Amino acid sequence: MPPILSVRDLATAFRVDGRWRPVVRGVSFDIGPRETVALVGESGSGKSVTALSIMRLTPRDASRITGAVRLQDRDLLTLSDAEMRRVRGGDVAMVFQEPMTSLNPVLTVGFQIAEALVAHRGLSRSAAEAETVRLFDKVRIPAAASRVHDHPHRFSGGMRQRVMIAMALACRPKLLIADEPTTALDVTIQAQILDLIKLLQDEEGMSVLFITHDMGVVAEIADRTVVMLDGRAVESGPTHEIFRRPTHPYSRALLAAVPALGAMQGRARPTRFPVVDRVTGESAEPGEAPDTVQPANLLEVRNLTTRFELRGGLFGRLRGRVHAVENVSFDLKAGETLALVGESGCGKSTTGRSVLRLIEPLAGSVRLDGEDILGLPPRALRERRRRMQMIFQDPFASLDPRMSVGAAIAEPLLINRLASRREAHARAADLLGRVGLKPEMADRYPHEFSGGQRQRICIARALALEPKLIVADESVSALDVSVKAQVINLMLDLQASLHLAYLFISHDMAVVERVSHRVAVMHLGEIVEIGPRAAVFGAPQHPYTKTLLAAVPVPDPARRGTRHGVRADEIRSPIRPPDYVPPERCYREVSPGHLVQVWGAEWEAAAA
Amino acid sequence: MAGSTLASPSAEAGAPAAAPAATGRDTWRRFRRHRLAVASSVLLGVMVLGVLVGGLVWPVAIDEIDFSAMLQGPSPQHPFGTDDLGQDLLARMIYGGRISLAVGFAAMLISTLVGVAVGALAGMSRGFLDSALMWLTDLFLSLPQLPLLLLVIYLFRDRLKEVFGVEGGVFVMIVAVIGGLRWMPVARLVRAQFLSLREKEFVEAARAQGAGPLHQVTRHILPNAIGPVIVAATIEVSAAIIAESTLSFLGLGFPPDIPTWGRLLFDAKDHLDVAPHWALFPGAAIFLTVLSINFIGDGLRDALDPRRVL
Repeated sequence: MPPILSVRDLATAFRVDGRWRPVVRGVSFDIGPRETVALVGESGSGKSVTALSIMRLTPRDASRITGAVRLQDRDLLTLSDAEMRRVRGGDVAMVFQEPMTSLNPVLTVGFQIAEALVAHRGLSRSAAEAETVRLFDKVRIPAAASRVHDHPHRFSGGMRQRVMIAMALACRPKLLIADEPTTALDVTIQAQILDLIKLLQDEEGMSVLFITHDMGVVAEIADRTVVMLDGRAVESGPTHEIFRRPTHPYSRALLAAVPALGAMQGRARPTRFPVVDRVTGESAEPGEAPDTVQPANLLEVRNLTTRFELRGGLFGRLRGRVHAVENVSFDLKAGETLALVGESGCGKSTTGRSVLRLIEPLAGSVRLDGEDILGLPPRALRERRRRMQMIFQDPFASLDPRMSVGAAIAEPLLINRLASRREAHARAADLLGRVGLKPEMADRYPHEFSGGQRQRICIARALALEPKLIVADESVSALDVSVKAQVINLMLDLQASLHLAYLFISHDMAVVERVSHRVAVMHLGEIVEIGPRAAVFGAPQHPYTKTLLAAVPVPDPARRGTRHGVRADEIRSPIRPPDYVPPERCYREVSPGHLVQVWGAEWEAAAA
Repeated sequence: MAGSTLASPSAEAGAPAAAPAATGRDTWRRFRRHRLAVASSVLLGVMVLGVLVGGLVWPVAIDEIDFSAMLQGPSPQHPFGTDDLGQDLLARMIYGGRISLAVGFAAMLISTLVGVAVGALAGMSRGFLDSALMWLTDLFLSLPQLPLLLLVIYLFRDRLKEVFGVEGGVFVMIVAVIGGLRWMPVARLVRAQFLSLREKEFVEAARAQGAGPLHQVTRHILPNAIGPVIVAATIEVSAAIIAESTLSFLGLGFPPDIPTWGRLLFDAKDHLDVAPHWALFPGAAIFLTVLSINFIGDGLRDALDPRRVL
């Protein structure tokens, strides 16, 4: 069968400061009818620009597209602007990454979809409304008929992405281009959206071009895969071939760096990622980290509770409370990694910040080396913070753009008057070397570094005070896979040499499995399951843990999960009315150290 | 500004090479890339130099009345022409420019300092102090300026004259009034910047390292908020020069015999048809000063931002 879309030698260049800079350099691929092709690559590989070039959505005056893009029998690059507008949204539809900003907040979602139907398919207003309800049903939005009249802010991220998909389907496209459609979503919601896209593809008989950085998602959804690097397609072929026998060194490096859930079975301790050379494709065997866990508890958290009050109205009346952290207790030994996992809004980040008292908890106790942090006056607290440091999620936001990186690393030493200016700068250079950067880089500013390098700088800054505990809040989530692997390896090395304890906060189950000694699963501010990594991943007890594990995409097309229908659960909100009294919880011990919350009726349906 | 060895302090005033950044050389390099800002610095430097030492080069008395040379256009004897009393306009502009520029810069300093202080305090404190300071800001914003000026001048003119002398007293009063009534936009701007910067991760990182509030503000928040403040401050200079002309125009500013640029414009308005040069030169001086200060502000903002790699 002839392909729906055929891309030949596509090259796109952008004009930067009067010079043409190539971003896509000669990409060719075909998409057959009802086929899903994944474009996969790291940031800057040109995968999104490829999609935008196909749609001719790059800025007209500052970009140049050459090559050929044939949609069935028409070359899209030679069409007039008016014809191209009919192709966009008609024959080819697009779904973007950020569902929060791609809907107009002042119009109802139903109106926004009906508008497209009236414009493109020439339906009458009432017919368009009926069609909108049908589309909502199609993308499995519960209570479709009533929800079409809601405004976008009433929808969660996953539901908004469904609305965007419904909008894309409005004109029965032959090709759907999905640009990282699940990257901003939680893992259970991501699984739902992936299932939905597959299901709709069967029902509508359309082809899908799926752009992603996540090899797990690729394995889950794509029939064929194109691996991109520096604007070139370095390898393409059937997905299972690429996963089984990657030929290009870069594909091999990329696959080696992908954390795979279940890869840690039979291993006792956290394990480094294998490092594959991008040019030669040779790989070093990953070593298990040495045993770093000390017998004594470094951190003891008991009944930690943090709530935020929501006030509104004329006199600031209490409207409700966010129960961000409810009655959380755990221990952390020196040299140990405890992972806090859960989805957005589960309170894992608030827990980390409450432990450091960057947010004031409401109740409970946090003991560091036996001393209660929560009772300390501000001056003493600043003193104690030297022993616990934090690494943040966004390496772009957590460095002061107006401070050279050397000054940023030296700053904690100067604040705490632990060194003279000269000593502090010598120490900063030393620390830069320690995290794998060059000491000469100390005079440069953060914008001159890549995301991975910045995260190394943040780690160096956290290490400057020689802390015992590091709270790593989603510290590797914003990084590309291969960079992620390197930063995790660095963190494991540092743990081995400095006996650091990590409170590792993450939503990524596969990374957590790799790095942690123990795992705590959080849901709506509470720990629902905590235990040794092997026990929690090997024999999950709580229904929520099971859901979470089942939703993780597995980077192995052979194990592509067979799921049962598309569910439309949403992540529940931790906002409660002011008179809410949290229920008494008790835990049962399944195996040594493995505690599970005794769950109530709300989980019975899921557990069955 | 080559060759201006004569009065280096004034030349420095126009060339902001010594910006308070960590790496002065990089800042200077970035500033130099901003062509308009460099040209403006030269222009402003020449004007500042002109009003400061111009009296030595052009030693003509400002109040020498010569009825034989009334309302003359530019000529070798009177390069900027004369006014209706035959007084030399160039000499009067040199003299008046000192006052106009001094008023502009001093009022800018006062309004920016007060604005930054109020805005920073409000932005860092949550709760009552923040609300109270913002109420105060709104209160000042809603005050009708001209009646207030009249009141202030009526109440304080004589007392200030006793302390600072005639010119000094009016200068202090005008600067205080202009500065004291124009800090509100800066305060609102700074507060808004603080509210967003305060929650940035790098500030939180500093807190986690044990930095106190003062350190957070001086090292992290203020340097990152400074860009818009510089732009606002340059607008303040222009606004103050114009406000001083307004006051002079209304007869509320300096005594009528002191020829500030605004006063010259006021006096020229009745003779626009026969002696347009009279309004043209002070008008152009105000215009060029304001324009060059705004460009310098743009250049400074870019120069102080290390992210900018031109």
